[in-house]
Amino acid sequence: MNVSLVWPMLLYLAAVFVIGYFSSKHMGKAPRFLQEYFLGGRELGGFMLAMTLTATYGSASSFLGGPGTAYTLGLGWVLLAMSQLVTGYFTLAVLGKKFAIMSRKIGAVTLVDFLQARYRSKGVVLWSSFAILLFLFSAMAAQWVGGGRLIQSFTGIPYEAALFIFAVTVLGYVAVGGFRAVAITDAIQGVIMVAGTVVLLIATVVVGGGVEPIMEKLAAENPRLITPFGADGSLTPLYVSSFWILVGVGVVGLPQVAVRAMSYKDSRAMHRAMVIGTFVIGAIMLGMHLIGVFARAVVPGVEVGDTVMPVLALKVLPAWLAGIFLAAPMAAIMSTVDSLLLLISSTLIKDVYLNYIRPEADARTVKILSVTVTAVIGVLVFLTAIKPPELLIWLNLYAFGGLEAAFIWPIVLGLYWKKGNDCGAMISIIVGMASYLVFGRIWENPLGMHGVVLPVILSLLGYVIGSWLTSHRDRERQREIIVRFWGVR
Amino acid sequence: MKKDQDARDSGWREDPRYKIANREAGTGVGLALLNFFWWFGFAYGMGSRPVEEYRYILGFPDWFFYSCIIGFFVIGFLVWAVVTFLFEDVSLEDSPEEQEGGGESE
Repeated sequence: MNVSLVWPMLLYLAAVFVIGYFSSKHMGKAPRFLQEYFLGGRELGGFMLAMTLTATYGSASSFLGGPGTAYTLGLGWVLLAMSQLVTGYFTLAVLGKKFAIMSRKIGAVTLVDFLQARYRSKGVVLWSSFAILLFLFSAMAAQWVGGGRLIQSFTGIPYEAALFIFAVTVLGYVAVGGFRAVAITDAIQGVIMVAGTVVLLIATVVVGGGVEPIMEKLAAENPRLITPFGADGSLTPLYVSSFWILVGVGVVGLPQVAVRAMSYKDSRAMHRAMVIGTFVIGAIMLGMHLIGVFARAVVPGVEVGDTVMPVLALKVLPAWLAGIFLAAPMAAIMSTVDSLLLLISSTLIKDVYLNYIRPEADARTVKILSVTVTAVIGVLVFLTAIKPPELLIWLNLYAFGGLEAAFIWPIVLGLYWKKGNDCGAMISIIVGMASYLVFGRIWENPLGMHGVVLPVILSLLGYVIGSWLTSHRDRERQREIIVRFWGVR
Repeated sequence: MKKDQDARDSGWREDPRYKIANREAGTGVGLALLNFFWWFGFAYGMGSRPVEEYRYILGFPDWFFYSCIIGFFVIGFLVWAVVTFLFEDVSLEDSPEEQEGGGESE
């Protein structure tokens, strides 16, 4: 075990714990528990908002899987990764003020709250809760596997033990600290991610003798490494462009991202977050994936994609600095996992339990239940992650695509199209989710695009047609909804 | 105009802040389109040439330099410019004391 590698990580885990503890102190005084626990009391400023969005979104795949693939495929994969630049500003610009205003009008704390008030349909609530639970659970398990493997690879302790350390830390601060703890740790993690990217990029270029010799070396090995088409020519323009849906604009439909668009304090915070978020996500995506490509010249012959970054860090950085850098993917994983964990428990408590099981539950019960459920889910994920499924990055993307196909239209058109109704939303969620799962099994890249594209189009059609066909029903109810969401008192 | 008429007839008035919100969402979509075309245009416009014809800027192949590196800074700058000069500060609260946005009310 390399001690100078381990201590930065331990220090880091300890710091995160302390933050969770202080956030829970703050919460004791907050007047409204649910709003505080799941949304941080809608008090996020611009910097925190940008960081929590970026950190939630940039997961293990940005630090391990992604750069590992860039190592194999070359600059074409960096190009693909840069389609994520758009997430820095697009989510906030599109959901933007409207989502923030509407969710305040109706007092929504979760995405499902919003959907419930907008569509007034039990089916929409239950199906969307189901989709969130199904997909986020699998996404989370994948991330935990990444966290456990990471600790394992640096410290040499067995996987199960590493996973346990990871689980205890995350559960510790999320269960007691809620959204505020998540947002604060996300901000710290975001800073670590950016700093880690910059340091490693510089060190890699220096060790490689500059960008030019690195590129020459790559071109000599396989000229395709420096084309946009990938080492094996598999990255067609259409395929790469279709990632603009999956990891670009489609991110609007991710519940863990959307819920952040109702958590900020004021419009100035949103404006600042768009600028900071764009630069931060751009720097991380460009930097990390470029590092992956450069690594091919600096540490050739790495077999397993996920291990490229650790191997590289140990080669180009002094041990203590590598230890600090190792905290970056750790931070990325934890900051994604904490958000997902909280979202799953909010879905169970707020959307299912308080809506349908015991609406009259008193405040103390809700409080105890929220903390307990968060912890229990954590334990379940831990158990799942002990026998981990393979291919971290794809499992992760699979969940993202499913959620996007299910939610993008019920959210976006719910905000901007008055005629959108429960029937449209229902069809959209089911068609989006089902077609993505079916395509995933039988037709992986339909028409040469990523599997998410067709389901997103189908769910749009489902939403529009469903709403149109039923627009004559329940006119009075639809009018009430419109007045509540669009009107001024 | 007709829409305003309808709205008043049925006894409610649309939140004036939504006009701003809608416009800003449109701006966001526009920015994303520009982002896409910049990224796509340089990457495949320049990158489709044979590798021997690539030129190099700061060591990077020219298509990559323009599409990913310059593109990043251009979009970052545009986002800054857009939120600074086009986006408006509005109250997000439920009962806005905004009557200033309500030019269309009468």
